[in-house]
Amino acid sequence: MNVAKVLDAKGLACPMPVVRAKKAMDELESGQVLEVQTTDKGAKNDLPAWAKTSGHTVIDMKEENGVLTFWIQKG
Amino acid sequence: MTQPKKKTTIILFSGDYDKAMAAYIIANGAAAYDHDVTIFHTFWGLNALRKEAPVPVQKGFLEKMFAKMMPRGADRMGLSRMNFAGIGPKLIKKVIKKHNAMPLPQLIEMAKEQGIKLVACQMTVDLLGLKPEELIDGIEFAGVAAYLADASEGNVNLFI
Repeated sequence: MNVAKVLDAKGLACPMPVVRAKKAMDELESGQVLEVQTTDKGAKNDLPAWAKTSGHTVIDMKEENGVLTFWIQKG
Repeated sequence: MTQPKKKTTIILFSGDYDKAMAAYIIANGAAAYDHDVTIFHTFWGLNALRKEAPVPVQKGFLEKMFAKMMPRGADRMGLSRMNFAGIGPKLIKKVIKKHNAMPLPQLIEMAKEQGIKLVACQMTVDLLGLKPEELIDGIEFAGVAAYLADASEGNVNLFI
């Protein structure tokens, strides 16, 4: 997977992961992939919901040592 | 995407720190959803827009009393529950820090950064005896018609 940008949102609480993700996504072109790392448990639902509503696609996610990582492709 | 942007409008009536925090978190979230967001501040919610430093302005006795009794700025607002004469807000700010959440003044700053439209209700600004120079920069003054114009196209409309 080609990751165009990595966003470190670890330690940030709601609503910051989504706010930062939106900012980062604005800098990408359609089809590019953003990697978001967060420790916010709420982000597990928040980021996919945000991605879906904003027309992006969550390609993959993993949870490791309390860090959630999402790969989101810009729509 | 070329479809017109969705809209979120929030009326912030409350002057409580916790309620204002909820309003600003939703507003910032909505902005991240690429909504056009308006927060319409009325009555006690206007205190969130007050400058922290006192601004020398001419006003009558009643207006001066109001100005003294209301919190000057977001950081001085009380809690809707467990305020404990001002100890509650200190405790909650500790907890906010511990959980790395954003305190209200920063949420307001971020709202401005994200282009959220902050509106002060002109009628209640006058009622509470506030002067425009006592409120933070970058806000608009409007009335019910302007709010309704936004809200009638709103996908999310909240009263807090």
